[in-house]
Amino acid sequence: MVSTTEAHPGAIGAGRMGAAEAGHEVDGVRRRDFIYVATGAFAGVGAAAVAWPFINQMNPSADVLALASVEVDVSAIQPGQSIKTIWQSKPVFVRNLTAKEQQEADAVPLSELRDPESLADRTLEGHRNWLITLGVCTHLGCIPLGAAEGENKGDYGGYFCPCHGSHYDTAARIRKGPAPTNLVVPNYMFKSPTLVEIG
Amino acid sequence: MVRFLGFGAGLIFVIALLVGALMPREAAVEDPIKKIHLYPEAARWQQDGPLGMGVFGTYDRAQLQRGFQVYKEVCSACHGLERIAFRNLGALGFSEAEVKALAKAREVPSLDPQTGEPSTRPALPSDHWPSPYPNEVAARAANNNALPPDLSLIIKARPDGKRYVHSLLTGYDKPVPQGFEITEGLHFNPYFHSVAIAMARPLNDEQVTYADGTKATVDQMSMDVTAFLHWASEPELERRRQIGVATLIFLGILTVLAWLTYRKVWAGVAH
Amino acid sequence: MSFPWANHYEPKHPLMQWVDQRLPLPRLVYNAVGAGYPVPRNINYWYNFGVLAGVALMIQILTGVVLAMHYSAHVTTAFDSVEHIMRNVNSGWLIRYMHANGASFFFIVVYVHIFRGLYYGSYKAPREVVWMLGVVIFLLMMATAFMGYVLPWGQMSFWGAQVITSLFSAIPLVGEAVRTWLVGGFAPDNATLTRFFSLHYLLPFVILGVVILKIWALHIPGSTNPTGVDVKGPQDTLPFHPYFTAKDFVGICVYLMIFAAFVFFMPNSLGHPDNYIPANPLSTPAHIVPEWYFWPFYAILRAFTVNFLWIPAKLWGVIAMFAAIILLFFLPWLDSSRVKSTSYRPMYRIWFWVLVVDVLILAWMGGAPAEEPYVRISQIASAYYFAHFLIVLPLLSWFEKPLPLPNSIAESVLAKSGHRDDSTAPAAGAGHAGAAAAPAE
Repeated sequence: MVSTTEAHPGAIGAGRMGAAEAGHEVDGVRRRDFIYVATGAFAGVGAAAVAWPFINQMNPSADVLALASVEVDVSAIQPGQSIKTIWQSKPVFVRNLTAKEQQEADAVPLSELRDPESLADRTLEGHRNWLITLGVCTHLGCIPLGAAEGENKGDYGGYFCPCHGSHYDTAARIRKGPAPTNLVVPNYMFKSPTLVEIG
Repeated sequence: MVRFLGFGAGLIFVIALLVGALMPREAAVEDPIKKIHLYPEAARWQQDGPLGMGVFGTYDRAQLQRGFQVYKEVCSACHGLERIAFRNLGALGFSEAEVKALAKAREVPSLDPQTGEPSTRPALPSDHWPSPYPNEVAARAANNNALPPDLSLIIKARPDGKRYVHSLLTGYDKPVPQGFEITEGLHFNPYFHSVAIAMARPLNDEQVTYADGTKATVDQMSMDVTAFLHWASEPELERRRQIGVATLIFLGILTVLAWLTYRKVWAGVAH
Repeated sequence: MSFPWANHYEPKHPLMQWVDQRLPLPRLVYNAVGAGYPVPRNINYWYNFGVLAGVALMIQILTGVVLAMHYSAHVTTAFDSVEHIMRNVNSGWLIRYMHANGASFFFIVVYVHIFRGLYYGSYKAPREVVWMLGVVIFLLMMATAFMGYVLPWGQMSFWGAQVITSLFSAIPLVGEAVRTWLVGGFAPDNATLTRFFSLHYLLPFVILGVVILKIWALHIPGSTNPTGVDVKGPQDTLPFHPYFTAKDFVGICVYLMIFAAFVFFMPNSLGHPDNYIPANPLSTPAHIVPEWYFWPFYAILRAFTVNFLWIPAKLWGVIAMFAAIILLFFLPWLDSSRVKSTSYRPMYRIWFWVLVVDVLILAWMGGAPAEEPYVRISQIASAYYFAHFLIVLPLLSWFEKPLPLPNSIAESVLAKSGHRDDSTAPAAGAGHAGAAAAPAE
């Protein structure tokens, strides 16, 4: 291997370059560094700016976001019945609680609960009989049973998740099984006594 | 060997081509339509920007709203706008409540929740502009076998789209050339590719009443609806240009820095 | 590496030493595009286009993978999904316009790269394989671009698929069967769209593989240079990094500026308006043209108008169109001149520029309607295209008297930059002076 030229890859003119810059070596080094750093930094900023649209394109698109809220007509749901609807591609349970179910839920001391919330925390003032929750088990995301007629409502008369045996009570609070928290209550409001906007 | 084979192949190709080139041509039959057909007339919109270069141009919101009114009151009777959802109309400057009201005023196909029969319901902002006809067969049946095209992409789908649409809409007054027959049911318009178009003259003076008091001449309405349709084709236009200007400035600086780096690296090296 | 004076990779950091001993990837990069690859010091900006083609390929792969996340390959939804990308997906319009214009820019870069190779004799020994791999990439690019253009399922997509697949029906006896097999039906339909999507996703990675082979093959002899004189010693070369990385970076910046100008300000200027009309199998557009980068070959296809030697004109056109590309594989043996650079070939220089003009005319004719005088012009231009490669080039090699070549790259560099000779580094290479005119074989 020829090793003599290794240190001076730019053989031609290398000597001249040294001569020309010998007088301002300190100055020259500093300016060179500045340009290299500036170019590198600028290119880095550019690369980051280009990366963003490529990452952001995986976020929900405009048409998906446009479906962020739904309106549900609850006029046909009798006490003791519930319906399943879809909001943001997820099932939502809308349940018209009977007076008995509400009493059962209120009767449970909060200290007994894994995720202490009262029925009043989970419903709206003036609409205490309307229990609106996501139909997604907080354990691993299965859909609990109990919203449709004749389904297993679990040991506590609310919902029962068949995947890993989580039991929810009439306020959709976790009472038994592996799920860590109560079924999630989404943001919603009553636009009229029979029309609910979720989201 | 390769050279000899290549030489032979080359000769054959060249002879085959030159024989074709030397063959006498049959006298071309002149297409009478070509002589009558006109290219779109020059016109300029605000979004074309200064000098018509389109770099800094933005849509005129008032014009877009007027154009939307023309589309809604005139064109939408026959032409769909299926790629525009009501929620998109917010970009024209309509408030959320106005968009909801605009949507609610139109019926979209639906299913009756009780019987499952096909039915309609008032549109929501997330719905798309409903088509005037349920399908192509119905559209043709209602229009003397002509199909009114959907207008969502019309400006991008025609060469020199804006000027073409504007010229077409205002081109109904040209006199039919001597000796040129227009088929029954078609209308003479020299800007249309076959110069005989199924669409009857769509715009007449004062056909719509603009809320902002602009005088509704045919030319004005045509300019407005063309601007609106341009927006429908390219809703991303303004954002695209903004990002474009920023990108070019950035790349310009980066190019200068790259050049300085290059000069520095190569300083004193002969090449 | 075939340059004994190339820098050697010596990792300083213990971590890099650890990695290098186990997976010498940093070493590979160092030798491929780092300081370990010596490059002729006199190559000019035309030599940037190889790297630019790599950049263009990467842009296509990146944007393409992203588009495939939102695209739907079905005849009923393909067009809608493209419009969904344009209107609803975050920055979707940007990514799609980058991909569509990126294809055109990839071809621009590759065409310049090919003509640079033709001018500086980059196809000649010992770089024949580099050149042939390049032709393979070119063919793969054409297939990929054609299938990609079908995917939006607009009018030009559909009729382009119809016309191009019909070419195969010109093959005697089995033509119709081949075409039916290609499109998976009797006309382009869903089966065609789905297989084109699959292949359009696959082929760019095949191209990437061939690109790696090509770079590998290139690194054996190294790049050509504007003098065409072989590299003789360390005074003729500079390490790729930092000299040519810095130079290529300038080229990339300029390229990106022009690219951005198209993407942001005239994104549809290189496309055809008809492709914004959904495909309609019952109505052909008035004037079908392929994308501009196919125009020269489309002109050759249409230039054959008479049956000749019992072969029908349609088959002639198809044969000639493929032959126009295939003949490039034989170029290293068609041109037997030992002088590589056209700068030292006074006669060939003229013919080279005639070829450039000829291909531009062919491109213009390919985009023009099939009527006179365009047909006749394209016939004459096509005839020259074949004559150039198959007749003129081989003959020139015999007749032409080349200009005297410089003794070495270093000498030519110093003569050009007007430097005095006194600073010329080590006397290496002087002994080779006599061999310069006839590169070693």
